[in-house]
Amino acid sequence: MTQFSIAVVGASWGGLAALSELVKGLPRDFPVPMAVVQHRSRHADNLLASLLQDLTPLRVVDVEDKEPIEPGTVYIAPANYHMLVDGGYFSLTTDPLVRFSRPSIDVTFTSAGDAYPGATLGVILTGANDDGSRGLRHIVNRGGKAIVQDPDSAESRTMPAAALQAVPEAQVVPLRDMAAHLVTLTGSKANSARKNAT
Amino acid sequence: MAVQVDEPVPSVLEETGPYDQDLERIEIELLLEGVYRHYGFDFRSYAYASIRRRLWKRIEAEGLATVSALQAVILHQPPMMERLLLDLSINVTAMFRDPTFYQAFRERVVPLLRTYPYIRIWHAGCATGEEVYSMAILLQEEGLYDRSRIYATDINEVVLQKSKEGIFPLDRMQEYTENYIAAGGKRAFSDYYTAKYGGALFNPSLTKNVVFSLHNLVTDRSFAEFNVILCRNVLIYFDKSLQARVHGLFYDSLATFGILVLGSKESLRFSPYEDHYEQINGPEKIFRKVR
Repeated sequence: MTQFSIAVVGASWGGLAALSELVKGLPRDFPVPMAVVQHRSRHADNLLASLLQDLTPLRVVDVEDKEPIEPGTVYIAPANYHMLVDGGYFSLTTDPLVRFSRPSIDVTFTSAGDAYPGATLGVILTGANDDGSRGLRHIVNRGGKAIVQDPDSAESRTMPAAALQAVPEAQVVPLRDMAAHLVTLTGSKANSARKNAT
Repeated sequence: MAVQVDEPVPSVLEETGPYDQDLERIEIELLLEGVYRHYGFDFRSYAYASIRRRLWKRIEAEGLATVSALQAVILHQPPMMERLLLDLSINVTAMFRDPTFYQAFRERVVPLLRTYPYIRIWHAGCATGEEVYSMAILLQEEGLYDRSRIYATDINEVVLQKSKEGIFPLDRMQEYTENYIAAGGKRAFSDYYTAKYGGALFNPSLTKNVVFSLHNLVTDRSFAEFNVILCRNVLIYFDKSLQARVHGLFYDSLATFGILVLGSKESLRFSPYEDHYEQINGPEKIFRKVR
């Protein structure tokens, strides 16, 4: 049994490659719903979801309002909306941009920390701005766990570096080890199988 | 570029003991109950996470520490209630938001509307009116405006007044022009406004057939039968039970084969009325009442 109810992942510049690598490494039985906030154009369609879907047996969903939160699923925050984690489902809003972003990583992370205090896993990947650091801080203040991509392994180091400044106690993980690390943390079966094999 | 990270905002809850999710929920429900009973505004069935976020923005802006502290101020100081009303009831929008929707409306809905002698449109939750003016422009360009009447309603008197004025910020015009072009606009967007009063004043002919009116989706009933109901990105602020209720209201207010338009990330999948509509071909959230 995992202690986590949700994993939230934030990425900006360089995010597509990083998310692809992360999602590719997740096993079919990854036990925690994963919500991804990737900055992109306000007119972007659901291309990101279909690109990621080709890489994983998990279900990849472009989120619509009141989408239920279920394991075995990777949820993508839609372009031009903020995505809030509510009890058991997502709510979208068209509230103003937060620090030039909509979707804002901070907004999703903060709501996840509040909806699932102590049971939220926050992950900051590559990006060229500092969105996400406040949200990650909030998750940890609420008893959750923070993981930051090693800035040296990031296409753009600004976002992970800012996250580490705000959350010095976050675990630093290189991108190539990120999926395996999440698998270990969440205790999915693929991990124990792998452990037995080695 | 050097990035500055502000000191993390100290959690106000550090002063009030550890975070207690259940206690916070009690506080928020009490505040909303108080607002309803004292002022008559019913936000009790709004989506919890988003109302919570808006309440905390107000709490922080007022330098308060808890929801309960805000409750005392709200109940005892009516001007603060007005401020909160704006916080909670304004839905941010843009002219020709989601241009692909307007394009689809031109291609797929306009031909249906041409078959009607008279077209009644309800724009529910029109906020500051950007999308009402967008639809009026579209109908003018399609030659349907003169036989259309648009009922634009909102819960909030202040924003409804802004809608009527039809003055939008000049600094948004570049974005709106791009949207307009992407939406299949047929003229120069600047034909529709003049720079005035520090803003872009839209041509009053656009509101000739628009009736602006107060209407509360939470408590008010249907008031006519419509051929088209537009309600984009309003229901996202409601919880599922209130969404279901409003969908009932829309269903009752639509003529047979009437058109219901929702925001691009709203769905009937989670509503009890899913089976009563067919989605018009394509990815846009345009539905036709079929039974």
